[in-house]
Amino acid sequence: MVNQLSYFKESASQTAGPYVHIGLAPHAAGFDIFEKNFSNVLAGPDTKGERIRIEGRVIDGSGTPLRDVLLEIWQANAAGKYNHPADRQKKPIDETFRGWGRACSDFETGVWAFETVKPGVVTGRKGRPMAPHVNLWIVARGINIGLNTRMYFSDEEKANAADPVLNLIEWEVRRKTLIGKREERGGKIAYKFDIHLQGPEETVFFDV
Amino acid sequence: MPEDSVQYGEFMQRDRTIHPPAYTPQYKTSVLRSPQKSLIALQNSLSEITGPIFRSDELGPLDHDLIMNYAKDGLPIGERIVVHGCVYDENGRGVPNALVEVWQANAGGRYRHKKDSYIAPIDPNFGGCGRVLTDRDGHYVYRTIKPGPYPWRNSVNDWRPAHIHYGVSGSGWAQRLITQMYFEGDPLIASCPIVRTIPSEAAIRQLIAPLDKNAAIQLDSLAYRFDIVIRGSRATWFESTVSDDDSMQRE
Repeated sequence: MVNQLSYFKESASQTAGPYVHIGLAPHAAGFDIFEKNFSNVLAGPDTKGERIRIEGRVIDGSGTPLRDVLLEIWQANAAGKYNHPADRQKKPIDETFRGWGRACSDFETGVWAFETVKPGVVTGRKGRPMAPHVNLWIVARGINIGLNTRMYFSDEEKANAADPVLNLIEWEVRRKTLIGKREERGGKIAYKFDIHLQGPEETVFFDV
Repeated sequence: MPEDSVQYGEFMQRDRTIHPPAYTPQYKTSVLRSPQKSLIALQNSLSEITGPIFRSDELGPLDHDLIMNYAKDGLPIGERIVVHGCVYDENGRGVPNALVEVWQANAGGRYRHKKDSYIAPIDPNFGGCGRVLTDRDGHYVYRTIKPGPYPWRNSVNDWRPAHIHYGVSGSGWAQRLITQMYFEGDPLIASCPIVRTIPSEAAIRQLIAPLDKNAAIQLDSLAYRFDIVIRGSRATWFESTVSDDDSMQRE
């Protein structure tokens, strides 16, 4: 016998199931139970930065959009600072911006959306800058463990080309699955980001 | 807010052998929803170490009381229970200020959701969701009605054991976890295709809450104890001197 390591084992993941909305987004699912609700709107009226909408679908292996998926995003503010005590970069926190939101896909079309601001550059490992990105986490019926991915911005070509995480993806052709496409709609900026769970366009998911 | 003593840092690598793989054909819905390519291994950066922090003033006074938080003109029907436990990290430390969100079917096995058409009735006094923040030791408690089992169309005679869904959020994005709590003694656990997606018997047992009579409210409610473990920070006494790109394709 040797000394025993005393680490605890992480609890096993289980699918969020078909009714995840009543638990995590009851208000969005038309169920009024909590006074205060989390939402897909991250930016308040006083939040600094370029207002953007991030919009997309999550598509299964048959090409069908999931209509029961739930997504969360986590991102830095416009200055590239996370609203969190572990972020010790010398950049200002925006008190009006937590940087986190949660959205359900539309029950008919499968489209989900976040209203936020475009994040700034965050310093990554070994001091290397990471191109602006939002972190996404995807759960649904049939997904046994939450999927982690990132969305980068199509108008940040230069920063994307130098991004340490995008460059970690051996297959250059797969890097484009992480790029949200900038569109202008009536003066408003939207980034389209479809997530493919399978197939030739399968999105890159990370083991974080 | 988290205590000042909380230490933030990179997380230990996730032990994927205790989690269900993405593709589990006995749980049919996973077949078209499971990524087929390998996950890309990412060393933690600020994007994974940080995460949303929740405040107690974002929760309402009845959010952790599922017996009362949707009661309209009476009490919900079913077994009254208290559920409590600790959120630990892999280092065995209680995680303060973790957001624990729960949702479940009512005593008859019916969810208050427009997509649930099971014959068991909606309980007019039961909503089926709640949330609570852990205290400084990582402890949480809520009370509810014990959910009923229900059939689901996977095979034609598959039944879900009684369960409560959990979403857990610690201080870091990489700790985010969704799981389900099962009840000690439920004979449906052994044959559930969703439970069986978990490859390890020990990991399955870790999701089964024992009856905790000591925590019962006398003459009122029974109690179950459910501890949850989320990822913990790894030791960083020495910094790696190898560049992150260096050994990328070495096998």
